[in-house]
Amino acid sequence: MPRFIRFLLPLFAFLALATLLYRGLSIDPKRVPSPLIGKPAPAFSLPTLENPEIQLSQNDLKNEVSLFNVWATWCVACRHEHPVLMQLAQTGIPIYGLDYKDNLPDARRWLTQFGNPYRANAFDEEGRVGINWGVYGTPETFIVDKKGIIRHKHIGPLTSEVVKNDILPLIKQLQGTDG
Amino acid sequence: MIPELGHFALILALCLAIVQAIFPLIGSLNNTPGWVNLAKPAAMGQFFFLAIAFAALVQSFIANDFSVLYVAQHGNTQLPLVYKISAVWGAHEGSLLLWALILGTWTLAVSLFSRSLPAEMLARVLAIMGMISIGFLSFMLFTSNPFERLIPAALEGGELNPLLQDFGLAIHPPMLYMGYVGLSVAFSFAIAALIGGKLDTAWARWSRPWTLIAWVFLTIGITLGSWWAYYELGWGGWWFWDPVENASFMPWLAGTALIHSLAVTEKRGAFRRWTVLLALMAFSLSLLGTFLVRSGVLTSVHAFASDPERGLFILVFLSVVIGGSLVLYAWRAPDIPKGGGFSMLSRESLLLGNNLLLIVTLAFVLLGTLAPLLYEAMGWGKISVGFPYFNKMFVMLMPLMVLIMAAGPLTRWKQQNPDTLLKNLRLPFIISIVSGIIVALPAISGSLSAGIAVALSVWLLTTLLTSARQRLRNKNLSAIAHDIANRGGRSYYGMWLAHIGIAVFIIGITFVTQFDVEKDIRMSPGQEVSLNDFVFRFEGVEPKKGANYQSQFGTMRVLKNNKEIAILHPEKRTYQVQKKPMTEAGINAGFLRDIYVSLGEPLGKGDWSLRLYYKPFVRWIWLGGLLIAAGGFLAASDPRYRMKVARKFKPGAQSNQSSTVLAGNA
Repeated sequence: MPRFIRFLLPLFAFLALATLLYRGLSIDPKRVPSPLIGKPAPAFSLPTLENPEIQLSQNDLKNEVSLFNVWATWCVACRHEHPVLMQLAQTGIPIYGLDYKDNLPDARRWLTQFGNPYRANAFDEEGRVGINWGVYGTPETFIVDKKGIIRHKHIGPLTSEVVKNDILPLIKQLQGTDG
Repeated sequence: MIPELGHFALILALCLAIVQAIFPLIGSLNNTPGWVNLAKPAAMGQFFFLAIAFAALVQSFIANDFSVLYVAQHGNTQLPLVYKISAVWGAHEGSLLLWALILGTWTLAVSLFSRSLPAEMLARVLAIMGMISIGFLSFMLFTSNPFERLIPAALEGGELNPLLQDFGLAIHPPMLYMGYVGLSVAFSFAIAALIGGKLDTAWARWSRPWTLIAWVFLTIGITLGSWWAYYELGWGGWWFWDPVENASFMPWLAGTALIHSLAVTEKRGAFRRWTVLLALMAFSLSLLGTFLVRSGVLTSVHAFASDPERGLFILVFLSVVIGGSLVLYAWRAPDIPKGGGFSMLSRESLLLGNNLLLIVTLAFVLLGTLAPLLYEAMGWGKISVGFPYFNKMFVMLMPLMVLIMAAGPLTRWKQQNPDTLLKNLRLPFIISIVSGIIVALPAISGSLSAGIAVALSVWLLTTLLTSARQRLRNKNLSAIAHDIANRGGRSYYGMWLAHIGIAVFIIGITFVTQFDVEKDIRMSPGQEVSLNDFVFRFEGVEPKKGANYQSQFGTMRVLKNNKEIAILHPEKRTYQVQKKPMTEAGINAGFLRDIYVSLGEPLGKGDWSLRLYYKPFVRWIWLGGLLIAAGGFLAASDPRYRMKVARKFKPGAQSNQSSTVLAGNA
């Protein structure tokens, strides 16, 4: 290797980084199409956080338009999302949780500490169900319609704006239809 | 009127920055003293107008001028005065103005305190800082003008983010920015030296105090941020590996490597290319952090309003500054002469080893921070990198670093006789292993991690004591005072203090993660609960009105041996405008432990869910940070950086008198 190339290495490394950052600008980290949209919610059956003897399954999500929120106690963004979920729960929209790759005592503490916006939480200790749902990171939120079909996926924490502009209008619309 | 004045002052500051960037540099290259001499007045003028602009924005906040868009977004008539002022840097536009003002301050300081610097060197340094200033000022004026008007004016402001309405966070950004921007001085010195082609020990000596001071501010800033996260987020954590935290940690790692590498370059003339590269890297990472935080490419709890246009501007700026400096490096570095050689075992080789470890840590942090972006750009899907990755990395690299770090001060420059070193290390080694084992015993703690942490800390402490004993042998108190007052001494004592800080920090992080106790519980008013030796008596929660918020004000009495030791008031606050519920933990701080109470949710009939924590040694984390910063400050204050004319020593005064005080130690 010629001598001068060695001194160009830092520059090359930076150029690679800058290319990555440039790509990053055109990607919205919060929007990703999910292949699951329009498909039935993947089947699962997991013990609930609240009571391990009771199971939660995809069938529980049917009959009502509901939210399926993937969270974990190790996820800082979830901590910031939590108050939004609490407010959302007060509107009466059913929220189901998937506690992803977590441990039981921490998760239970989280709910007593910050309040429990969920109808029920599936406890996905190994993250297997998360894989079927195409979960890459927490938090993620799915909207499931009355027939149990996934209609929308939001990646990253829900904020008041997202709820007002995206989530609530879509839920209203889905509630109005028979589908 | 005042906002327009501020806007105008910003434009004038930009004009002066352009003058400062162009003329002195050209003048220094073709020997035109008149142009070289423009650097200082331009720097002073720039600072003057930046100060006016900043004062104008502060005044707009104090006067509740809601016809200014930025003030309407983040100000409020009900905000207490201190938060009206800190609201100036509470969001994107104003924090940029603070950044620019701080850059102006550093530039002014360099122009005032560099009398020993050759005129053309100073001109080049100031010119580079002018270029950086051009970038930030035009960024502000073209994409993020803090003085933009809002017509018609708003009746009331949108309030500073309640999370930031806190004293710790009022002073955290200025400290952090002092650090980030301060690294631009080391950067500018490196570029100026590369332009001049002279990277010698004099360059290292000029850079060292500036780099140290910037690094001290960065250390304080990060420590404050961690302390704030602990008491404000109500979750008891003190570091989250959030992208924004990483953005401040990466320049710190590079800066830490840099101050050590600079020491080698100054003392031994070695590592010149490496040092110059580190100087470029440290500031580049500050800029990278700015990009990550403000462009919206990563999601973070701290994220500023993200905007691709702004992102593109910073990216272009980043490419010019970093790309340009690395091109210059590639062009000039091959001609930098090699410094003094050293053998496999020497202080140089140990410092190099730790430098590499710091850079490996930095690479892991960078990778973890950018992994989500990388995965997405490559179409590999999404990923979130969390705690486990970073913690594992840290736990693996930290002990190695400490092992080497402790041996450093006991090792000679250039070449060290292995037998002597082993002899010096034997006793510290035995003491630290024994104390580690004792702590790890089931009867004491039963925790292997705690044992390892204690062993590492004791290892640092005992080697530092050995080194101090060698240095102070045959000296009495007045000789030590001399040592501190005169040249060279303070770098040593600064190192000593900072390394003790690391030992304290290690104990803090390990003990608090190993031995903290927490209890989540439903409590009714009057109920008592015990945790360790403490009894917590819940007195209930009552509504209380704060300055600009409504509080659910809890009262908890803490008793030990039937004696009341603290009354804590955990709160839940709802701020008037933004309606976000904020938790304020009730904390009883102590040297050896904190008691931490935070309010959960109301459960009806006056009952609340509560979270009680016993956090042993948690203060040691920040105490360690402060000791590190104090050590850096002591080292930076070494008179040899300031004196042009050597002070007159009285030879013999230090060694003739027999030492009685230290005889026992020696």
